[in-house]
Amino acid sequence: MHRYAKKMEILARTLLGSCAFLSILTTIGIILVLSTETIEFFGQVSPLDFLFGTKWEPLLEPKSFGVLPLVSGTLMIMVGSGLIAIPIGLFTAVYLSEYSSFRTRQIIKPVLEILAGIPTIVYGYFALTFITPVLKNIFPDIEVFNALSGAIVVGIMILPMVSSLCDDAFQGVPRQLKDGGYALGATSFEVIGQVVIPAAASRIMAAFILALSRAIGETMAVTLAAGATPIFRVNPLESIQTMTAYIVQVSLGDTPAGGVEYLTCFAVASLLFVITLFMNVIGQSIMYRVKKKATR
Amino acid sequence: MNQENIVLKTKDFNIFYGEKQAIFNMNLDICEKKVTAIIGPSGCGKSTLLRSFNRMNDFVPSFNCNGAIEFEKKNILKLDPMEVRTRIGMVFQKPNPFPKSIYNNIIWGPKIHGHKVNYDELVEDSLKKAALWDEVKDRLNESALELSGGQQQRLCIARTIAMKPEVILMDEPCSALDPKSTIKIEDLIDDLKNDYTIVIVTHNMQQAARVSDYTAFFYEGELIEFDYTDKLFTKPSNKQTEDYITGRFG
Ligand SMILES: Nc1ncnc2c1ncn2[C@@H]1O[C@H](COP(=O)(O)OP(=O)(O)O)[C@@H](O)[C@H]1O
Ligand SMILES: [Mg+2]
Repeated sequence: MHRYAKKMEILARTLLGSCAFLSILTTIGIILVLSTETIEFFGQVSPLDFLFGTKWEPLLEPKSFGVLPLVSGTLMIMVGSGLIAIPIGLFTAVYLSEYSSFRTRQIIKPVLEILAGIPTIVYGYFALTFITPVLKNIFPDIEVFNALSGAIVVGIMILPMVSSLCDDAFQGVPRQLKDGGYALGATSFEVIGQVVIPAAASRIMAAFILALSRAIGETMAVTLAAGATPIFRVNPLESIQTMTAYIVQVSLGDTPAGGVEYLTCFAVASLLFVITLFMNVIGQSIMYRVKKKATR
Repeated sequence: MNQENIVLKTKDFNIFYGEKQAIFNMNLDICEKKVTAIIGPSGCGKSTLLRSFNRMNDFVPSFNCNGAIEFEKKNILKLDPMEVRTRIGMVFQKPNPFPKSIYNNIIWGPKIHGHKVNYDELVEDSLKKAALWDEVKDRLNESALELSGGQQQRLCIARTIAMKPEVILMDEPCSALDPKSTIKIEDLIDDLKNDYTIVIVTHNMQQAARVSDYTAFFYEGELIEFDYTDKLFTKPSNKQTEDYITGRFG
């Protein structure tokens, strides 16, 4: 009997351990593939031309590989969606934590979670068939595929993340600190604006960064809404192409594997990986610092 | 007893958390510029009653009450809670300074209420009254979180004083402090009663005996005995009070 239990223990440890190991292996595998293909790409295209070139025409002769049009497209989506999701998300969290009754809170919270769970392709169709037509009434010149619609829909997508992370940040502010404000005769607005938000500032910043990095990584919704026109310009009413949208375009098209056109995909993916990794590391390290401080 | 001016008066006051009653038929008078201590075993409703005086229980969803609390002839329960809290200040169990500078902690209350005063003078005056000025006068712009626990608690008292309240409520203000800081706060309370009416909740009977003029003994939500502190601790008229102060329970 005892020997049996011991065997089970060893088996369990191996099984559980290998599951944990699997995710690490996958990550390493992804990084390896990305980097070998990217290195091969830079064997044929100079990194300077890639990073600072303003013309992205890898599929047409004469080919040019300046990634800035994709970066600008991605940034437009990031900034636009941030302008929408950050204020609304923050205000939603303020409302939830200081103004709503227990009941409303019980309703809004799950609704936000459902919003967060909708497949992104659905958001894309929503942008194309609803947001863009509405925008067309306001801006008659707007293109069918346009950055604005993409930014709005990505903003809606990351909104639940912003509000739920900000709400967590507010909940992390000790009750007694708020009581201190209220006991001086302050209104909820003064307490949240001048006591709670400053006290939760770093966690709120981390929430913003994590949400923006999600906006950058978003693919299907922007591909559908914002189109596939990699031109270096900043007019939100025109079509753009983001880094992710380009990767999808190449992956779905019949670009032959091994050619330089095919390798662009990996270079763009590496750049995207580095940018989002950078943002996540900053966001997570802010969170980590705050947690460490709280437990001291 | 009491020939003095009564500032706060609870009248047949009952408090409930949902179905559960926490305060029963409370009739308690708080005298002007005196220190009134509320003692009693943990969970007997001391904080609950104290937090009703400045409407802090409004934040508890299940809270409801009936009866009245008179404050200068008006029923506190019918006043604007924000106004009540500017006139009845509160110091909490755990020091809770804002994560701001010492200076900004003091002026925060007067500033949001738009009090037209000289802030430098207000800061100096409040800190002196809270017996903290000498220790912090050279570092008013440093974060309040750099202060020791005892200093933080005196800063919270100074922050309350800066609002120029009539009453200061204190809920076990020394329970998170070391003995030395505790003595400092007790001395401070003795000075403050020249200007303010003070109600202090404490589970430390020696403390109640040292700092207060009147003592109220609560048990399971009821006021068992209320008298001059000297009398209550030497010749209690109720058997339960006697058992409690001699340490037979609680
Ligand atoms: N927020 C609350 N919700 C429900 N019950 C509470 C709440 N606060 C206090 N109580 C209950 O009211 C009674 C009195 O509590 P309290 O006033 O904190 O006692 P004390 O300060 O004398 O230790 C206790 O039984 C406690 O469980
Ligand atoms: Mg208590």
